Amino acid sequence: MLKFTEEHEWLKIEDGVATVGITTHAAEQLGDLVFVELPEVGATFTKGGDAATVESVKAASDVYSPLDGEVLEVNQSIVDDPSLVNSDPQGAGWFFKLKLANPADANALLDETAYKELVG
Amino acid sequence: MDVSSDLEKTPLHELNISLGARMVPFAGYEMPVQFPAGVMKEHLQTRVAAGLFDVSHMGQIIVRPKSGIGADAARALETVVPVDVLGLAEGRQRYAVFTNDEGGILDDLMITNLGDHFFVVVNAACKNADFAHLQKHIGDSCHLSLLTDRALIALQGPRAEAVLAELWADISAMRFMDVRACDLHDADCIVSRSGYTGEDGFEISIPSELAEGVCRRLLDHPDVLPIGLGARDSLRLEAGLCLYGNDIDIGTTPVEAALEWAIQKARRSGGDRAGGFPGADIILSQLENGAHRRRVGLKPMGRAPVRAGAVLASDIEGEDVVGTVTSGGFGPSLDAPVAMGYVSMSASAPGTQLYAGVRGKFLPVTVATLPFVPNTFKR
Repeated sequence: MLKFTEEHEWLKIEDGVATVGITTHAAEQLGDLVFVELPEVGATFTKGGDAATVESVKAASDVYSPLDGEVLEVNQSIVDDPSLVNSDPQGAGWFFKLKLANPADANALLDETAYKELVG
Repeated sequence: MDVSSDLEKTPLHELNISLGARMVPFAGYEMPVQFPAGVMKEHLQTRVAAGLFDVSHMGQIIVRPKSGIGADAARALETVVPVDVLGLAEGRQRYAVFTNDEGGILDDLMITNLGDHFFVVVNAACKNADFAHLQKHIGDSCHLSLLTDRALIALQGPRAEAVLAELWADISAMRFMDVRACDLHDADCIVSRSGYTGEDGFEISIPSELAEGVCRRLLDHPDVLPIGLGARDSLRLEAGLCLYGNDIDIGTTPVEAALEWAIQKARRSGGDRAGGFPGADIILSQLENGAHRRRVGLKPMGRAPVRAGAVLASDIEGEDVVGTVTSGGFGPSLDAPVAMGYVSMSASAPGTQLYAGVRGKFLPVTVATLPFVPNTFKR
Protein backbone atom coordinates (compact mmCIF):
# COMPACT_ATOMS: atom_id res chain seq x y z
CA MET A 1 0.00 0.00 0.00
CA LEU A 2 1.46 3.35 -1.09
CA LYS A 3 0.44 6.43 0.92
CA PHE A 4 1.48 10.08 0.97
CA THR A 5 1.49 12.98 3.43
CA GLU A 6 0.72 16.60 2.72
CA GLU A 7 4.32 17.29 3.83
CA HIS A 8 5.57 15.29 0.80
CA GLU A 9 6.65 12.02 2.38
CA TRP A 10 5.71 8.70 0.78
CA LEU A 11 5.16 5.43 2.66
CA LYS A 12 5.13 1.92 1.33
CA ILE A 13 3.43 -0.20 3.99
CA GLU A 14 4.02 -3.96 4.26
CA ASP A 15 3.14 -6.04 7.33
CA GLY A 16 2.85 -3.01 9.62
CA VAL A 17 6.23 -1.62 8.56
CA ALA A 18 6.40 1.59 6.50
CA THR A 19 9.33 2.35 4.23
CA VAL A 20 9.46 6.16 4.21
CA GLY A 21 10.99 8.62 1.77
CA ILE A 22 10.37 12.00 0.19
CA THR A 23 8.29 12.27 -2.96
CA THR A 24 9.59 12.91 -6.45
CA HIS A 25 7.86 16.30 -6.26
CA ALA A 26 9.69 17.15 -3.01
CA ALA A 27 13.04 16.00 -4.39
CA GLU A 28 12.54 18.19 -7.47
CA GLN A 29 11.60 21.19 -5.33
CA LEU A 30 14.61 20.77 -3.04
CA GLY A 31 17.08 20.48 -5.89
CA ASP A 32 20.52 18.90 -5.59
CA LEU A 33 20.83 17.34 -2.14
CA VAL A 34 24.26 17.45 -0.51
CA PHE A 35 23.60 16.16 3.00
CA VAL A 36 21.16 13.80 4.70
CA GLU A 37 20.84 13.21 8.44
CA LEU A 38 18.83 10.13 9.40
CA PRO A 39 17.34 9.08 12.74
CA GLU A 40 18.92 6.46 14.98
CA VAL A 41 17.63 2.91 14.71
CA GLY A 42 15.34 2.40 17.71
CA ALA A 43 14.22 6.04 17.85
CA THR A 44 10.49 6.50 18.31
CA PHE A 45 8.47 9.27 16.72
CA THR A 46 4.96 10.56 16.86
CA LYS A 47 3.26 11.69 13.68
CA GLY A 48 4.77 15.00 12.52
CA GLY A 49 7.96 14.66 14.58
CA ASP A 50 11.28 15.75 13.04
CA ALA A 51 12.73 12.46 11.88
CA ALA A 52 15.40 13.44 9.35
CA THR A 53 17.03 16.45 7.73
CA VAL A 54 17.92 17.01 4.10
CA GLU A 55 20.11 19.83 2.87
CA SER A 56 20.45 21.19 -0.63
CA VAL A 57 23.28 23.53 -1.66
CA LYS A 58 21.09 26.38 -0.46
CA ALA A 59 18.83 25.27 2.39
CA ALA A 60 17.99 22.71 5.05
CA SER A 61 14.57 21.01 5.27
CA ASP A 62 13.00 18.69 7.81
CA VAL A 63 11.54 15.31 6.98
CA TYR A 64 8.69 14.40 9.32
CA SER A 65 7.61 11.08 10.68
CA PRO A 66 4.43 10.33 8.74
CA LEU A 67 2.88 8.27 11.55
CA ASP A 68 3.64 7.07 15.08
CA GLY A 69 6.28 4.36 15.18
CA GLU A 70 9.78 3.08 15.85
CA VAL A 71 12.70 3.22 13.41
CA LEU A 72 13.74 -0.32 12.44
CA GLU A 73 16.30 0.47 9.75
CA VAL A 74 17.86 3.47 8.00
CA ASN A 75 19.26 3.80 4.47
CA GLN A 76 22.97 4.49 4.91
CA SER A 77 23.48 4.69 1.14
CA ILE A 78 21.70 8.08 0.96
CA VAL A 79 23.96 9.41 3.72
CA ASP A 80 26.98 8.29 1.69
CA ASP A 81 25.51 9.67 -1.54
CA PRO A 82 22.67 12.17 -1.05
CA SER A 83 22.23 12.52 -4.83
CA LEU A 84 20.55 9.09 -4.73
CA VAL A 85 17.50 10.88 -3.28
CA ASN A 86 17.38 13.12 -6.37
CA SER A 87 17.92 10.31 -8.86
CA ASP A 88 15.49 7.76 -7.34
CA PRO A 89 13.42 9.41 -4.58
CA GLN A 90 10.65 6.83 -4.49
CA GLY A 91 12.96 3.84 -4.82
CA ALA A 92 16.62 3.49 -3.81
CA GLY A 93 16.44 6.93 -2.16
CA TRP A 94 14.23 5.75 0.73
CA PHE A 95 15.05 7.17 4.19
CA PHE A 96 13.99 4.80 6.97
CA LYS A 97 11.69 1.94 7.88
CA LEU A 98 9.16 2.61 10.60
CA LYS A 99 7.36 -0.08 12.62
CA LEU A 100 3.94 1.51 12.86
CA ALA A 101 2.36 1.77 16.31
CA ASN A 102 -1.12 1.86 14.77
CA PRO A 103 -1.08 0.63 11.15
CA ALA A 104 -4.73 1.60 10.73
CA ASP A 105 -3.77 5.29 11.05
CA ALA A 106 -2.37 5.02 7.53
CA ASN A 107 -5.94 5.00 6.20
CA ALA A 108 -6.16 8.73 6.99
CA LEU A 109 -3.19 9.57 4.73
CA LEU A 110 -3.46 10.52 1.06
CA ASP A 111 -3.51 7.93 -1.69
CA GLU A 112 -1.53 8.47 -4.88
CA THR A 113 -4.42 10.14 -6.74
CA ALA A 114 -5.11 12.57 -3.88
CA TYR A 115 -1.40 13.43 -3.57
CA LYS A 116 -1.08 14.10 -7.28
CA GLU A 117 -4.05 16.46 -7.02
CA LEU A 118 -2.37 18.22 -4.10
CA VAL A 119 0.87 18.95 -5.95
CA GLY A 120 -0.86 19.63 -9.26
CA MET B 1 5.55 28.41 -3.95
CA ASP B 2 3.85 31.81 -4.01
CA VAL B 3 5.15 34.22 -6.58
CA SER B 4 2.72 37.07 -6.13
CA SER B 5 1.88 39.40 -8.97
CA ASP B 6 2.99 42.58 -7.17
CA LEU B 7 6.63 41.57 -7.56
CA GLU B 8 8.64 43.49 -10.11
CA LYS B 9 9.98 41.77 -13.19
CA THR B 10 13.31 42.29 -14.89
CA PRO B 11 13.56 42.90 -18.67
CA LEU B 12 14.73 39.28 -18.91
CA HIS B 13 11.69 37.83 -17.13
CA GLU B 14 10.16 36.21 -20.20
CA LEU B 15 13.53 34.80 -21.25
CA ASN B 16 14.06 33.33 -17.77
CA ILE B 17 10.61 31.69 -17.86
CA SER B 18 11.19 30.35 -21.38
CA LEU B 19 14.47 28.79 -20.19
CA GLY B 20 12.56 26.85 -17.53
CA ALA B 21 13.63 28.91 -14.51
CA ARG B 22 12.08 28.29 -11.13
CA MET B 23 11.13 31.80 -10.06
CA VAL B 24 11.15 33.05 -6.46
CA PRO B 25 10.58 36.40 -4.77
CA PHE B 26 13.90 38.17 -4.13
CA ALA B 27 14.41 41.80 -3.10
CA GLY B 28 10.97 42.72 -4.46
CA TYR B 29 11.56 40.99 -7.79
CA GLU B 30 10.51 37.70 -9.28
CA MET B 31 13.91 36.13 -9.95
CA PRO B 32 15.23 32.78 -11.18
CA VAL B 33 16.61 30.71 -8.30
CA GLN B 34 17.64 27.88 -10.60
CA PHE B 35 17.26 26.61 -14.14
CA PRO B 36 16.66 22.99 -15.19
CA ALA B 37 20.37 22.10 -14.89
CA GLY B 38 20.15 22.68 -11.10
CA VAL B 39 22.30 24.61 -8.63
CA MET B 40 25.17 22.12 -8.59
CA LYS B 41 25.64 21.98 -12.37
CA GLU B 42 25.12 25.73 -12.74
CA HIS B 43 27.79 26.41 -10.13
CA LEU B 44 30.32 24.05 -11.69
CA GLN B 45 29.54 25.33 -15.20
CA THR B 46 30.51 28.83 -14.06
CA ARG B 47 33.79 27.54 -12.62
CA VAL B 48 34.79 25.57 -15.73
CA ALA B 49 33.12 27.38 -18.66
CA ALA B 50 30.70 30.33 -18.47
CA GLY B 51 27.47 31.22 -16.71
CA LEU B 52 25.01 33.97 -17.60
CA PHE B 53 23.31 35.75 -14.69
CA ASP B 54 20.35 38.14 -14.81
CA VAL B 55 21.27 40.81 -12.25
CA SER B 56 18.89 43.43 -13.63
CA HIS B 57 17.22 43.80 -10.24
CA MET B 58 20.30 45.66 -9.01
CA GLY B 59 20.27 49.45 -9.05
CA GLN B 60 22.12 51.35 -11.78
CA ILE B 61 22.65 55.02 -10.92
CA ILE B 62 24.23 57.75 -13.01
CA VAL B 63 26.00 60.50 -11.04
CA ARG B 64 26.55 63.53 -13.26
CA PRO B 65 28.31 66.61 -11.81
CA LYS B 66 26.33 69.81 -12.25
CA SER B 67 29.61 71.57 -13.05
CA GLY B 68 30.30 69.17 -15.90
CA ILE B 69 33.68 68.36 -14.33
CA GLY B 70 34.06 64.67 -13.49
CA ALA B 71 36.36 65.35 -10.55
CA ASP B 72 33.55 67.26 -8.85
CA ALA B 73 31.40 64.12 -8.85
CA ALA B 74 34.37 62.14 -7.49
CA ARG B 75 34.77 64.63 -4.64
CA ALA B 76 31.05 64.44 -3.91
CA LEU B 77 31.11 60.63 -3.85
CA GLU B 78 34.06 60.71 -1.44
CA THR B 79 31.72 62.33 1.12
CA VAL B 80 29.63 59.12 1.25
CA VAL B 81 32.23 56.34 0.76
CA PRO B 82 35.63 55.72 2.43
CA VAL B 83 37.10 55.00 -0.99
CA ASP B 84 39.56 56.84 -3.22
CA VAL B 85 37.19 57.98 -5.97
CA LEU B 86 39.23 60.97 -7.10
CA GLY B 87 42.14 58.66 -7.87
CA LEU B 88 39.98 56.27 -9.89
CA ALA B 89 41.10 56.56 -13.52
CA GLU B 90 38.61 57.00 -16.33
CA GLY B 91 37.43 53.61 -17.54
CA ARG B 92 38.09 51.98 -14.18
CA GLN B 93 35.78 50.52 -11.55
CA ARG B 94 36.21 50.15 -7.78
CA TYR B 95 34.36 48.38 -4.94
CA ALA B 96 32.95 50.70 -2.26
CA VAL B 97 30.62 50.85 0.72
CA PHE B 98 28.18 53.52 1.85
CA THR B 99 28.76 54.06 5.57
CA ASN B 100 26.63 55.66 8.28
CA ASP B 101 27.67 57.87 11.20
CA GLU B 102 28.28 54.80 13.38
CA GLY B 103 30.66 53.31 10.82
CA GLY B 104 28.07 50.72 9.78
CA ILE B 105 27.59 49.69 6.16
CA LEU B 106 24.43 50.95 4.43
CA ASP B 107 25.19 49.04 1.24
CA ASP B 108 28.09 47.85 -0.87
CA LEU B 109 28.44 49.02 -4.44
CA MET B 110 30.62 49.41 -7.52
CA ILE B 111 31.73 52.86 -8.67
CA THR B 112 32.85 53.43 -12.25
CA ASN B 113 34.53 56.52 -13.68
CA LEU B 114 33.10 57.19 -17.14
CA GLY B 115 34.88 60.53 -17.62
CA ASP B 116 32.35 63.31 -17.32
CA HIS B 117 30.11 61.18 -15.06
CA PHE B 118 30.14 58.20 -12.73
CA PHE B 119 28.15 54.98 -12.97
CA VAL B 120 27.21 53.28 -9.71
CA VAL B 121 25.73 49.78 -9.22
CA VAL B 122 24.01 49.03 -5.90
CA ASN B 123 22.08 46.14 -4.39
CA ALA B 124 18.43 45.63 -5.35
CA ALA B 125 17.03 45.69 -1.83
CA CYS B 126 18.85 48.94 -1.01
CA LYS B 127 18.55 50.83 -4.28
CA ASN B 128 15.74 53.21 -3.35
CA ALA B 129 17.33 53.99 0.02
CA ASP B 130 20.72 54.41 -1.66
CA PHE B 131 19.26 56.78 -4.21
CA ALA B 132 17.63 58.88 -1.46
CA HIS B 133 20.91 58.81 0.48
CA LEU B 134 22.84 60.10 -2.55
CA GLN B 135 20.18 62.69 -3.27
CA LYS B 136 20.42 63.97 0.30
CA HIS B 137 24.20 64.07 0.50
CA ILE B 138 25.38 64.95 -3.01
CA GLY B 139 22.19 66.14 -4.71
CA ASP B 140 23.34 69.76 -4.51
CA SER B 141 26.37 69.16 -6.68
CA CYS B 142 25.28 66.22 -8.84
CA HIS B 143 22.33 65.21 -10.98
CA LEU B 144 21.35 61.68 -10.05
CA SER B 145 19.31 59.24 -12.07
CA LEU B 146 18.26 55.73 -11.15
CA LEU B 147 18.11 53.95 -14.47
CA THR B 148 14.91 51.98 -15.00
CA ASP B 149 15.38 51.30 -18.70
CA ARG B 150 18.44 49.07 -18.58
CA ALA B 151 19.06 45.41 -17.87
CA LEU B 152 22.22 44.17 -16.18
CA ILE B 153 23.74 40.78 -16.88
CA ALA B 154 26.90 39.03 -15.74
CA LEU B 155 28.84 36.56 -17.87
CA GLN B 156 31.22 34.76 -15.53
CA GLY B 157 33.77 32.00 -15.85
CA PRO B 158 37.00 31.04 -17.62
CA ARG B 159 35.30 30.94 -21.06
CA ALA B 160 33.58 34.32 -20.62
CA GLU B 161 36.30 36.23 -22.45
CA ALA B 162 36.32 33.90 -25.48
CA VAL B 163 32.53 33.88 -25.69
CA LEU B 164 32.24 37.65 -25.45
CA ALA B 165 35.14 38.16 -27.85
CA GLU B 166 33.05 36.44 -30.49
CA LEU B 167 30.47 39.19 -30.01
CA TRP B 168 32.87 42.08 -29.43
CA ALA B 169 36.48 41.49 -30.47
CA ASP B 170 38.16 44.14 -28.30
CA ILE B 171 37.10 42.58 -25.00
CA SER B 172 40.32 40.62 -24.46
CA ALA B 173 42.30 43.87 -24.05
CA MET B 174 40.35 44.69 -20.89
CA ARG B 175 41.86 43.94 -17.48
CA PHE B 176 40.05 43.27 -14.19
CA MET B 177 37.92 46.32 -13.25
CA ASP B 178 38.29 47.97 -16.66
CA VAL B 179 35.06 49.44 -18.02
CA ARG B 180 34.15 50.35 -21.58
CA ALA B 181 31.11 51.85 -23.19
CA CYS B 182 30.56 49.82 -26.35
CA ASP B 183 28.14 48.66 -28.98
CA LEU B 184 27.26 45.03 -28.65
CA HIS B 185 25.42 44.28 -31.88
CA ASP B 186 24.02 47.81 -31.97
CA ALA B 187 23.07 47.72 -28.29
CA ASP B 188 24.56 50.66 -26.39
CA CYS B 189 26.24 48.76 -23.53
CA ILE B 190 28.52 49.44 -20.59
CA VAL B 191 30.85 46.47 -20.14
CA SER B 192 33.02 45.99 -17.05
CA ARG B 193 35.50 43.18 -16.48
CA SER B 194 34.19 42.30 -13.04
CA GLY B 195 31.63 40.20 -11.24
CA TYR B 196 30.96 38.54 -7.94
CA THR B 197 31.81 34.88 -8.42
CA GLY B 198 35.60 34.93 -8.00
CA GLU B 199 35.88 34.04 -11.69
CA ASP B 200 37.09 36.18 -14.52
CA GLY B 201 34.06 37.66 -16.20
CA PHE B 202 32.05 40.64 -17.29
CA GLU B 203 29.04 42.65 -16.22
CA ILE B 204 27.08 44.28 -19.01
CA SER B 205 24.48 47.03 -18.74
CA ILE B 206 22.15 46.88 -21.75
CA PRO B 207 19.09 48.90 -22.84
CA SER B 208 16.10 46.85 -21.66
CA GLU B 209 14.54 46.31 -25.06
CA LEU B 210 17.76 44.86 -26.48
CA ALA B 211 18.76 42.72 -23.50
CA GLU B 212 16.92 39.55 -24.48
CA GLY B 213 18.56 39.54 -27.91
CA VAL B 214 22.05 39.92 -26.46
CA CYS B 215 21.36 37.17 -23.91
CA ARG B 216 19.98 34.79 -26.53
CA ARG B 217 23.16 35.24 -28.57
CA LEU B 218 25.26 34.46 -25.51
CA LEU B 219 23.11 31.46 -24.58
CA ASP B 220 23.41 30.10 -28.12
CA HIS B 221 27.09 29.52 -27.36
CA PRO B 222 27.72 25.94 -26.23
CA ASP B 223 29.90 27.14 -23.32
CA VAL B 224 27.15 29.25 -21.73
CA LEU B 225 24.35 28.18 -19.37
CA PRO B 226 21.85 30.42 -17.57
CA ILE B 227 22.55 30.59 -13.83
CA GLY B 228 20.12 31.35 -11.00
CA LEU B 229 20.35 32.91 -7.56
CA GLY B 230 21.14 29.58 -5.90
CA ALA B 231 24.46 29.12 -7.67
CA ARG B 232 25.13 32.85 -7.50
CA ASP B 233 25.09 32.52 -3.72
CA SER B 234 27.28 29.42 -3.52
CA LEU B 235 29.80 30.94 -5.97
CA ARG B 236 30.17 34.21 -4.06
CA LEU B 237 30.43 32.31 -0.77
CA GLU B 238 33.27 30.12 -2.10
CA ALA B 239 34.90 33.35 -3.33
CA GLY B 240 34.68 34.76 0.21
CA LEU B 241 32.61 37.74 -0.95
CA CYS B 242 30.13 39.49 1.33
CA LEU B 243 26.39 39.33 0.74
CA TYR B 244 24.74 42.54 1.89
CA GLY B 245 22.13 41.80 4.55
CA ASN B 246 23.95 38.63 5.62
CA ASP B 247 27.66 39.27 5.99
CA ILE B 248 27.56 43.06 6.12
CA ASP B 249 24.86 45.48 7.26
CA ILE B 250 24.41 48.65 9.31
CA GLY B 251 25.68 46.76 12.37
CA THR B 252 29.07 45.90 10.82
CA THR B 253 31.94 48.23 9.96
CA PRO B 254 34.28 47.76 6.97
CA VAL B 255 37.12 46.85 9.36
CA GLU B 256 35.06 44.21 11.18
CA ALA B 257 34.03 42.89 7.75
CA ALA B 258 37.70 42.53 6.68
CA LEU B 259 37.11 45.06 3.89
CA GLU B 260 40.09 47.30 4.73
CA TRP B 261 41.38 46.70 1.21
CA ALA B 262 38.47 48.83 -0.01
CA ILE B 263 39.76 51.86 1.95
CA GLN B 264 42.72 53.21 0.02
CA LYS B 265 45.64 55.08 1.56
CA ALA B 266 44.38 58.51 0.45
CA ARG B 267 41.35 58.22 2.72
CA ARG B 268 43.14 56.84 5.78
CA SER B 269 44.72 58.84 8.59
CA GLY B 270 47.69 60.73 7.16
CA GLY B 271 46.38 60.36 3.60
CA ASP B 272 45.77 63.24 1.19
CA ARG B 273 42.02 63.17 1.77
CA ALA B 274 41.75 61.34 5.09
CA GLY B 275 38.27 60.90 6.53
CA GLY B 276 35.39 63.08 5.40
CA PHE B 277 32.94 60.17 5.05
CA PRO B 278 30.20 59.12 7.51
CA GLY B 279 31.58 57.23 10.51
CA ALA B 280 35.18 58.20 9.66
CA ASP B 281 36.20 58.62 13.32
CA ILE B 282 35.15 55.08 14.17
CA ILE B 283 36.43 53.44 11.00
CA LEU B 284 39.82 55.21 10.99
CA SER B 285 40.28 54.36 14.66
CA GLN B 286 39.50 50.70 13.95
CA LEU B 287 41.97 50.73 11.04
CA GLU B 288 44.71 51.78 13.45
CA ASN B 289 43.69 49.88 16.56
CA GLY B 290 41.70 46.96 15.23
CA ALA B 291 38.07 46.03 15.90
CA HIS B 292 36.77 43.62 18.53
CA ARG B 293 35.52 41.10 16.02
CA ARG B 294 36.24 40.07 12.47
CA ARG B 295 34.67 38.30 9.52
CA VAL B 296 36.40 34.99 8.89
CA GLY B 297 36.03 31.91 6.72
CA LEU B 298 34.82 28.74 8.41
CA LYS B 299 35.31 25.17 7.22
CA PRO B 300 32.97 22.64 8.83
CA MET B 301 34.87 19.41 9.38
CA GLY B 302 31.98 17.06 8.58
CA ARG B 303 29.55 16.97 5.66
CA ALA B 304 26.78 18.92 7.37
CA PRO B 305 26.38 22.48 6.07
CA VAL B 306 26.45 25.15 8.76
CA ARG B 307 23.93 27.85 7.92
CA ALA B 308 23.54 31.56 8.67
CA GLY B 309 22.52 32.20 12.26
CA ALA B 310 24.42 29.27 13.76
CA VAL B 311 26.15 30.17 17.02
CA LEU B 312 29.94 29.75 17.16
CA ALA B 313 31.57 28.67 20.41
CA SER B 314 35.10 27.90 21.48
CA ASP B 315 34.02 24.73 23.30
CA ILE B 316 32.04 21.69 22.21
CA GLU B 317 29.38 22.32 24.88
CA GLY B 318 28.65 25.67 23.23
CA GLU B 319 29.02 27.64 26.45
CA ASP B 320 31.74 30.10 25.46
CA VAL B 321 30.06 31.86 22.53
CA VAL B 322 32.58 33.71 20.33
CA GLY B 323 30.51 34.57 17.27
CA THR B 324 27.82 33.83 14.70
CA VAL B 325 27.71 32.40 11.20
CA THR B 326 26.44 34.94 8.63
CA SER B 327 26.53 32.84 5.43
CA GLY B 328 26.83 29.11 5.08
CA GLY B 329 26.09 26.37 2.67
CA PHE B 330 27.69 23.79 0.46
CA GLY B 331 30.57 24.61 -1.86
CA PRO B 332 30.11 22.49 -5.01
CA SER B 333 33.65 23.26 -6.25
CA LEU B 334 35.10 21.99 -2.97
CA ASP B 335 32.52 19.22 -2.53
CA ALA B 336 32.33 20.34 1.10
CA PRO B 337 30.41 22.74 3.30
CA VAL B 338 31.72 26.31 3.66
CA ALA B 339 30.67 29.26 5.80
CA MET B 340 31.59 32.77 6.90
CA GLY B 341 30.87 34.52 10.15
CA TYR B 342 31.98 37.02 12.75
CA VAL B 343 34.14 35.96 15.67
CA SER B 344 35.92 37.81 18.45
CA MET B 345 39.52 38.72 17.57
CA SER B 346 40.90 36.08 19.94
CA ALA B 347 39.16 33.38 17.86
CA SER B 348 39.93 34.81 14.42
CA ALA B 349 43.31 33.30 13.56
CA PRO B 350 43.24 30.79 10.68
CA GLY B 351 43.35 27.27 12.07
CA THR B 352 41.41 28.11 15.23
CA GLN B 353 39.10 25.24 16.18
CA LEU B 354 35.53 26.35 16.92
CA TYR B 355 32.15 24.64 17.23
CA ALA B 356 28.97 25.64 15.39
CA GLY B 357 25.51 24.97 16.80
CA VAL B 358 23.52 22.87 14.32
CA ARG B 359 20.20 21.29 15.34
CA GLY B 360 21.09 21.07 19.02
CA LYS B 361 24.64 19.76 18.50
CA PHE B 362 27.95 21.59 18.31
CA LEU B 363 29.91 20.53 15.24
CA PRO B 364 33.64 21.26 14.76
CA VAL B 365 34.57 24.03 12.32
CA THR B 366 37.99 25.51 11.58
CA VAL B 367 38.68 29.19 10.96
CA ALA B 368 39.94 29.33 7.36
CA THR B 369 41.60 31.85 5.09
CA LEU B 370 39.33 33.42 2.48
CA PRO B 371 38.64 32.87 -0.35
CA PHE B 372 37.87 29.16 -0.27
CA VAL B 373 38.34 29.00 -4.05
CA PRO B 374 41.15 31.22 -5.43
CA ASN B 375 39.94 33.95 -7.75
CA THR B 376 40.99 33.97 -11.40
CA PHE B 377 40.73 37.69 -12.17
CA LYS B 378 42.80 38.95 -15.15
CA ARG B 379 44.71 41.72 -13.46
